[in-house]
Amino acid sequence: MEYVNPEGLRLDGRRPMEMRQLRAEIGAVSGADGSAMFEMGNTKVIAAVYGPREVQHRSQMVNDKALIRCEYTMANFSTGDRTRKPKGDRRSTEISLVIRQTMEACILTHLMPRSQIDIFVQVLQADGGTRSACINAATLALADAGIPMRDLVTSCSSGYLNSTPLLDLNYVEDSAGGPDVTVGILPKLDKVTLLQMDAKLPMDIFENVMQLATEGCKAVANYIREVLIQNTKQLEHRRGV
Amino acid sequence: MEQRLANSLIMTVNEKKFIETALLSDLRVDGRRPFDYRKLSISFGREDGSSEVQLGNTRVMGFVTGQLVQPYRDRPNEGTLAIYTEFSPMADPSFEAGRPGESAIELGRIVDRGLRYDSLFTCLNFCSSTTESRAVDTESLCVISGKSLNLYGNRNLVDASNVAALAALSTFRRPECTLGENGQEVIVHPPEAREPLPLIIHHLPVAVTFAFIGKENVVVIDPTHHEEAVMGGSMTATLNTNGDVCAIQKAGGEGVLQSVIMQCLRIASVKAGDITSKIKSAVMLKRYDLKLIFRVKYSEFEKQVESYNTERSLRKIKRHNPSPAGYKH
Repeated sequence: MEYVNPEGLRLDGRRPMEMRQLRAEIGAVSGADGSAMFEMGNTKVIAAVYGPREVQHRSQMVNDKALIRCEYTMANFSTGDRTRKPKGDRRSTEISLVIRQTMEACILTHLMPRSQIDIFVQVLQADGGTRSACINAATLALADAGIPMRDLVTSCSSGYLNSTPLLDLNYVEDSAGGPDVTVGILPKLDKVTLLQMDAKLPMDIFENVMQLATEGCKAVANYIREVLIQNTKQLEHRRGV
Repeated sequence: MEQRLANSLIMTVNEKKFIETALLSDLRVDGRRPFDYRKLSISFGREDGSSEVQLGNTRVMGFVTGQLVQPYRDRPNEGTLAIYTEFSPMADPSFEAGRPGESAIELGRIVDRGLRYDSLFTCLNFCSSTTESRAVDTESLCVISGKSLNLYGNRNLVDASNVAALAALSTFRRPECTLGENGQEVIVHPPEAREPLPLIIHHLPVAVTFAFIGKENVVVIDPTHHEEAVMGGSMTATLNTNGDVCAIQKAGGEGVLQSVIMQCLRIASVKAGDITSKIKSAVMLKRYDLKLIFRVKYSEFEKQVESYNTERSLRKIKRHNPSPAGYKH
């Protein structure tokens, strides 16, 4: 199947190095301390953050750091076929672990000892790149909750089909069986926290694909910064500043 | 309720500082240099497809079983590979019996990711030879499920489990199957009737784990339990000897520069070559053992031959009970 046609357009009309349209909204869940909704093309994800609050299970309390918990679920209606076990299956457990460890690296946990921060991420519409969208949404939600962080964490995926590196794969391109590289970076520090890849790639091509994903992450970071600045301006306006 | 990452080792501040300071002068607590692996030894069990790997003090057992099932509808010419991991509480006080915890699942998925895209599936050549002459909706294909049972951990379970899975897959033999007369049913030939066939393995993806300790970009290979407790982040790279990167897993943790990642990959490809040659020689040794036994048959040592024959036929009888209860999953 042709994923990049001879004119250089992909199945959805994008260029190989073009990301899907990003859309973010802060404060989607009014009951949470911080929440955000993030869309990358057709992938729509909602994140809610509760914390810092008292640790619910005393046995898990850590004396010098905050405890970070993360739960990733996919809504039953998020994929084409109605999923039956949206959480507790192996993929969800692994992604929850991955998101938790990624956010743990950037939250300044030592400032909030003996407390707990819960991050709940739910996928409402899955069209490829759900992991990346979840991390981006979690970053926004944590910022909305006012939790101190070292830097934003942004994430993007890239792949390699028809001998072309492609940025931001959608579901069809992802299920083509080619490699799928998901990268999560700390943009200001320019460091890679999350790196996952499946399927085979020669090493030099891998370097290009990873570089492309990193560029995508930086573009997402710029967008997220804009959204946060807009949000702050709105808050200032409401306070009458 | 999720569990904390299963590293229950409680480290004192002094121990942490000692490990970090020693690493600044390129010294590790067990005397290795930063990019040295621990001693790796691979041994095989009596049955085809069982292996035991010892990496330092970490021991992992791998076992491969195969069965016929219907293929996925969108991939009718391929079989499937399922990886199950079990952390037995015998291995480490932090492992709980019963449902696999987070780290068990992560381990399973890392090994799975490395092996999955490996075209091990074209071992189902038996299917292609028959489906070429028949309709593609031939009903059965082999499912190979690889299972690792982690016995004793001095950590770096990922690398050891990966080697165990590869070794077990290299020695696994599946029974030969042919289609029946009307082309609809599949006859599985018992191993006495027809010699079981080995899997066709295109390449061996080897996992190499790096730990990032401290803040000054210190990287070590094959971390021990103590180093894992101290590390800020870890990365597992699965590579093969053809220069391909098969899978990478760096699940959060300390941020590292891209240049450090590429350097790690280059080191990993060297180590992958070493480990691949060790696996291959261990598998060859096992095959050679069998050939040696056949040579003995044709010599004058009748007694040896007879006793071996009886043992072999006893083994064949054992084969009728396919899977011992312990490995049921």
